[in-house]
Amino acid sequence: MCGNEALAEAAIIAGVDAYFGYPITPQNEITAYMSRRMPEEGRVFVQCESELAAINMVFGASATGKRSMTTSSSPGISLMQEGLSYLAGAELPAVVVNVMRGGPGLGNIAPAQGDYFQATRGGGHGDYRTITLGPSSVQELVDCMGLAFDLADEYRMPVIILADGILGQMMEPVVLNGEKRWPKREPPAKDWALTGASGRKQNIVRSLWLKEGVLEELNNKLHRRYKQIEKNEVICEQYEVDYAEIVVVAYGVAARIVRGAVTRAREQGIKVGWIRPITLWPFPTEQISKAAEELKVFLVVEMSLGQMVEDVKLAVAGKAPVLFFGRAGGAVPTVEQVLETIRQLTIPEKR
Amino acid sequence: MGGQRNDEGLSSGPPEGVRMKANGFYEEVIVAGFGGQGIILAGRLLAQTAMKAGKEVTYMPAYGPEMRGGTANSMVVIADEPIASPLVSKPNSLIGMNEASVNKFAPRVKGGGLVIMNSSLIDSEPEVEETTDVLAVPADEIAVELGSQKCANMVAMGAYLQKRGLFGADSAAACLADVLAARYHKTLPMNSEALRRGAEFAKTHS
Repeated sequence: MCGNEALAEAAIIAGVDAYFGYPITPQNEITAYMSRRMPEEGRVFVQCESELAAINMVFGASATGKRSMTTSSSPGISLMQEGLSYLAGAELPAVVVNVMRGGPGLGNIAPAQGDYFQATRGGGHGDYRTITLGPSSVQELVDCMGLAFDLADEYRMPVIILADGILGQMMEPVVLNGEKRWPKREPPAKDWALTGASGRKQNIVRSLWLKEGVLEELNNKLHRRYKQIEKNEVICEQYEVDYAEIVVVAYGVAARIVRGAVTRAREQGIKVGWIRPITLWPFPTEQISKAAEELKVFLVVEMSLGQMVEDVKLAVAGKAPVLFFGRAGGAVPTVEQVLETIRQLTIPEKR
Repeated sequence: MGGQRNDEGLSSGPPEGVRMKANGFYEEVIVAGFGGQGIILAGRLLAQTAMKAGKEVTYMPAYGPEMRGGTANSMVVIADEPIASPLVSKPNSLIGMNEASVNKFAPRVKGGGLVIMNSSLIDSEPEVEETTDVLAVPADEIAVELGSQKCANMVAMGAYLQKRGLFGADSAAACLADVLAARYHKTLPMNSEALRRGAEFAKTHS
């Protein structure tokens, strides 16, 4: 079972009621898998005519209170941005998986991390955010799926799982229905859902608010929610940060490579640790800021020419140097390259 | 320091003589050939065998443009520790089923590595480090003897398993049913035998 298929099955386990998809490499296995499994489970599968259709069908299904999702890869996710903005405006939960590939434009089909800005800044128009999860293994992809649906329901907003072509295509051992890494949350009552208004007041789901002041009220409400998410929902992992002189920050597949390089650098006596954000928004600003108090050197490694590095710089706020190493266009850093970068960092440092 | 950013990526390779891992093993394998030779299946079988043996393992198929033009490859990493990258740029071992793939990947095999090459389809000597062990296996010929050229992949895999000594051909044979689609299960005995014959060939030709 490749990562794509594992995440599809995890979505079924997480209780997805409706899947809408349109094919694009490197995530086609998800749509193919869902086309077989969703009907078997008596749930909804639609292969849509376009990404626009898919995200708007997600909107429709979600408005009825059902758990709905779509998946795509970078160019397809760009096409969905209007829908994502509408989901945010209408306060509808949804899960969107982006199995990133090289860009801009149609780019290529190789793995990349070039959509970090798009995912963590909202992506579409308007003043909104999307919770963004950046798993780094097939197991974590599976674990994130349940969490994504829970967060989407709890905060009534779209949640993006930011994977990449490697995670989608690779296979590694995975437990699908084991103990939950993040405990399942009790889903809130969806008393806003369109379920037929007989015997109750009519519900309206919309994102158009023309009356003076009403939209700002919504913006403020969303903002308060986002602040609450930033306070309560940050997930990140750290390794040997307290005793390190160098802290490497990376997410997703890049973080696996960093882990390999850090292990080897430590074997060579270099004092280096790592921080791996799992939630990319909300970003682990506090954790990184705390590490920066002790005048460490930060190295950010990405499969792009530098996106998350800006969030690290915001968190470090000038307290420590923040350096960067990245490969783009579908190129993936090797353990050796990251190790060599770490080794070069240590030589001139005299503090 | 003003910044480490390098828009080209770092072009310099790793320092010479750095061992990949100080403790435990870290085996990086590329299985390569042309479409239809069961390259993907052989890689998945190795990954499944490693998983059943309780090892850390990743499997990554080529899905990009390199798949077109007739070559297929899959990358398997097996280790005692969590695996960093599932992509393999410099393998310890190569199972090369046709000439194009051996020409492409053999020069990348690390010193002290292992190349299993399908000599039924390859005439030339591979370009490898002096310390790399090369075993020429007439995989297609042995496979035809067993009833079908299609199991040449398993002959080569059997030879690899024997030479590397990580898992026995029997443990791999026991995993065949997990990776072969049910409609091919009638070929299980032939494929098991192919694994065994490959191992036997490696034992008698080392």
